Amino acid sequence: MSTQGTVYKVSGPLVIAEGMRTANMFDVVHVGPKGLIGEIIEMHGDRASVQVYEETAGIGRGDAVVSTDSPLSVELGPGLIGNIYDGIQRPLEKLREMAGSNLTKGISASALDRDRVWHFDATVSVGAPVSAGDIIGTVQESEVMLHRILIPPKSPKGKIRSITSGDFKVEDTVALVETDDGSVYPVRMMQKWPVRIARPYTEKLPPNEPMVTGQRNIDSLFPISSGGTACVPGPFGSGKTVVQHQLAKWSDVDLVVYIGCGERGNEMTDVLREFPEIKDPRTGKTLMERTVLIANTSDMPVAAREASIYTGITIAEYYRDMGYSVAVIADSTSRWAEALREMSGRLEEMPGEEGYPAYLTSRLAQFYERAGKVICIGSDRRTGSLSAIGAVSPPGGDISEPVSQATLRIVKVFWGLDSALAYRRHFPAINWLNSYSLYRDRLAGWFSQNVARDWMDQTQRCLKTLQAESALNEIVQLVGMDALSPSDRMTLEISRSLREDFLQQDALGDNDSYTPLDKQHDLLALIFSFEDKGRAAIARGADIEAISELPVREEIGRAKAVPYEEYRKVYAEIGAELDKELEALVPAGN
Amino acid sequence: MIREYKTIEEVAGPLMLVRRVEGVKYDELGEIVMPDGSVRRCRVLEVNGSDVLVQLFESSAGINLSQSKVRFTGHGVELAVSPDMLGRVFNGMGEAVDGGARLIPEKSLDINGTPINPSARYYPSEFIQTGISTIDGLNTLVRGQKLPIFSGSGLPHANLAAQIARQAKVLGSESNFAVVFAAVGITFEEADFFISDFRRTGAIGRTVLFINLASDPAIERISTPRMALTAAEYLAFDLNMHVLVIITDITNYAEALREVSAARREVPGRRGYPGYMYTDLASLYERAGRKMGSDGSITMIPILTMPEDDKTHPIPDLTGYITEGQIILSREMYRKGYLPPVDVLPSLSRLKDKGIGPGRTREDHSGVMNQLFSSYARGREAKELMVVLGESALTPIERLYAEFADRFEEQYINQGFYENRTIEETLDLGWKLLSILPRSEMKRIKPQFVEKYWPGD
Repeated sequence: MSTQGTVYKVSGPLVIAEGMRTANMFDVVHVGPKGLIGEIIEMHGDRASVQVYEETAGIGRGDAVVSTDSPLSVELGPGLIGNIYDGIQRPLEKLREMAGSNLTKGISASALDRDRVWHFDATVSVGAPVSAGDIIGTVQESEVMLHRILIPPKSPKGKIRSITSGDFKVEDTVALVETDDGSVYPVRMMQKWPVRIARPYTEKLPPNEPMVTGQRNIDSLFPISSGGTACVPGPFGSGKTVVQHQLAKWSDVDLVVYIGCGERGNEMTDVLREFPEIKDPRTGKTLMERTVLIANTSDMPVAAREASIYTGITIAEYYRDMGYSVAVIADSTSRWAEALREMSGRLEEMPGEEGYPAYLTSRLAQFYERAGKVICIGSDRRTGSLSAIGAVSPPGGDISEPVSQATLRIVKVFWGLDSALAYRRHFPAINWLNSYSLYRDRLAGWFSQNVARDWMDQTQRCLKTLQAESALNEIVQLVGMDALSPSDRMTLEISRSLREDFLQQDALGDNDSYTPLDKQHDLLALIFSFEDKGRAAIARGADIEAISELPVREEIGRAKAVPYEEYRKVYAEIGAELDKELEALVPAGN
Repeated sequence: MIREYKTIEEVAGPLMLVRRVEGVKYDELGEIVMPDGSVRRCRVLEVNGSDVLVQLFESSAGINLSQSKVRFTGHGVELAVSPDMLGRVFNGMGEAVDGGARLIPEKSLDINGTPINPSARYYPSEFIQTGISTIDGLNTLVRGQKLPIFSGSGLPHANLAAQIARQAKVLGSESNFAVVFAAVGITFEEADFFISDFRRTGAIGRTVLFINLASDPAIERISTPRMALTAAEYLAFDLNMHVLVIITDITNYAEALREVSAARREVPGRRGYPGYMYTDLASLYERAGRKMGSDGSITMIPILTMPEDDKTHPIPDLTGYITEGQIILSREMYRKGYLPPVDVLPSLSRLKDKGIGPGRTREDHSGVMNQLFSSYARGREAKELMVVLGESALTPIERLYAEFADRFEEQYINQGFYENRTIEETLDLGWKLLSILPRSEMKRIKPQFVEKYWPGD
């Protein structure tokens, strides 16, 4: 029988209940007459501390607290894609149909639609040996996503006793498995998994492939690997959310789980309204066909915000287990950490730095460590990957604060956003001087094999030029532009071109929002050909002032927005024009 | 049956502990009956066994542990709303104070509201013309947006907010429009400025005012903005009006929050403000928006004064993380006499992209905006360099940019509080200023628009 206790204390999202001795840690409980959902996070003898995922106004001493005897879990199965859930996987559109446009308390609906019928195609036949993680069939979940139905983790080995293709609801049994000792268990399309426990895999693999994002700044200079971890810290207004949206839109993954954790409601609405309109360049179908949204906006209950990133990453792991590449994008982990801090404060724990609990770092590490490229469980040893990207919102933009620092210790890619760049409307405002990617070297082989041999040299040259610019700028600040040699002037011109013509990328631009790798490479090559040819012309007596004002530079400036189909032709024309104009600047006879 | 308790045990600052109560719920509204029969209000902050901790909304002066009584009302703090609220003045607790007729409430609403389901929001995209170039042209406001004004002590943020309230309109629609104004801990003079401006322009008839002055209890400020937003939600979502909410000054609100937090001995976050201030501010700001099932909207312009003009102070910082952009006022522009003194570069409207362009403003808007921003930024850099090294150190093109920056400040930013520019005037002025620069510099604008709009030589 499930444990039933009564409320003793209420303080914001924290409820302390008496008579709970027989309940388990991390059990989900229902609190009060409306049955608000909560989770036991501490036990002290008879008393359980419960964090409640809904607004607790109206709860008083003596209200019932009933344990469900199971931990906070998500429902996994066909029907996740295209949906928008709150932090504890309640389907928000369903709630809207039930209760109108505001979130009323105590309302709940099952995450997966129980009545929806899916067509299940069996891929194994009766008698086939199966073990945990094996694929037994598929469901076309969305136009682009083939949902693979797996034998749930931890299931015993056995043989398929019966399996039928056909139309089923998620709770129907699609197959029976007879274990070696003769017992039989059913396999359904839906399974449940506790969110705070990472789903198992066979083996982790080192990263060796990039997750291509189509963002020039990221792919060329600070790439993230498929299965990698990255963070995007930045003050407000520096374009964190746009970067996150761009990654959600253009990353070459099979599925994106976008977690709006304590952020603006309108931003989630934007994703919800915009993604069904945008076509994925890889599949030609809309982005919503590969997106799962978790929205726990800043005005929604704070405890559910804490749960939201676990809900999101568990869903992502489930698709990874099918052998897909998945990206989890969390905006923003700082709000998650604040939720942790608020609960910690209410529990009267001894605070660590800036009031954050001492376990902040370990919780963050646990989250990011669930990312990675893995060999999934299952006998076919398929690989899947889960990349995790978290925004960080440091107070005042100062990343010396605990959440940023704890994150930086874990993640391998740092895209530091800079408000000074944002003021100049240089977007994405990723600061090239302090950002880094520890995957650059590991991915070098992939890039030179799959894009261009000189990929690494060229991108390294880009970074070096930008570095040189910042040193030269200091000199200019002191003594003026006139004091520079023509060669240094050329460096400044090229770095300006790199910044404006390569790094700046218009998220709303038709042909600019996404740049394939070969075009990224050739655009960079075009800019460097201007440098090489320009320097040669200077050596032959051309005037740097005149070079910097060449009309062809305007065309270089527009080169990034040339449609992909015709860019090779246009770039060749620009190259020819460049030769012609430079030649005209060289004094006769040189 | 409502019980009265004479078991007040402690009163300290805004907090009061009542012992041996029964059936009291979290967040319930309580009433304290003073020995002289007057009534003050309080709210349950914590239920701990048979004890409750309550937060007073008014001064604790006169509360007597042995004679004052407390009763709990069985519901949260509520505001009685009715269509007749328009044109009326209320105090910070939502009681009419203008001496007018008693309101007959249509219903009572919990002032905390309930969060809007993100899937039920409409993305704000209707352009609001404020007639101010720096806003319309560069940091476009749309219906349902929350766009704060970050100001400093002594800067004319009140004039700017009044100008927006006076001039704001949605092109091509004459729909019912209302203003909800919440004065949170501001001085009489400031409040009077707004009231007389509303009165002068006749706007007072469609305005609801909630006034908590600097002399009123600080604790009341925690509920004043919530009262105002509850009224706004009623007008917008029940009566389908387009409501502009002006709240001034959020800094006073945050200080009241800090006072309660300190009294509860909570672990403070930055600068003594509570760790949950982000969530708390979000519960105000996120009430702006448009949602399904209603034609109305809430557009919010909170005003806050940045302590020491410091944008990284927790109040502006957390606000900026929640709101959809910010209009920042600049002391430098103000000293130059440029009004409204908007600091263009760090100001931002996040929702502008969906509110501008063909069919909303004009096809060239986005390009002109980006070009003005980057050109002004470059001009400012050139001017800084000029200060250090003199004009001769600049290349000819940098000199043009420096000139552009000067003209831009003189003409585009400096329009005064009483000039109302249409969006076409704003865009054309932008083109006129850009033509100071060579046409080849127009990298941010599509060539066909440069072709079409470039002013003739």
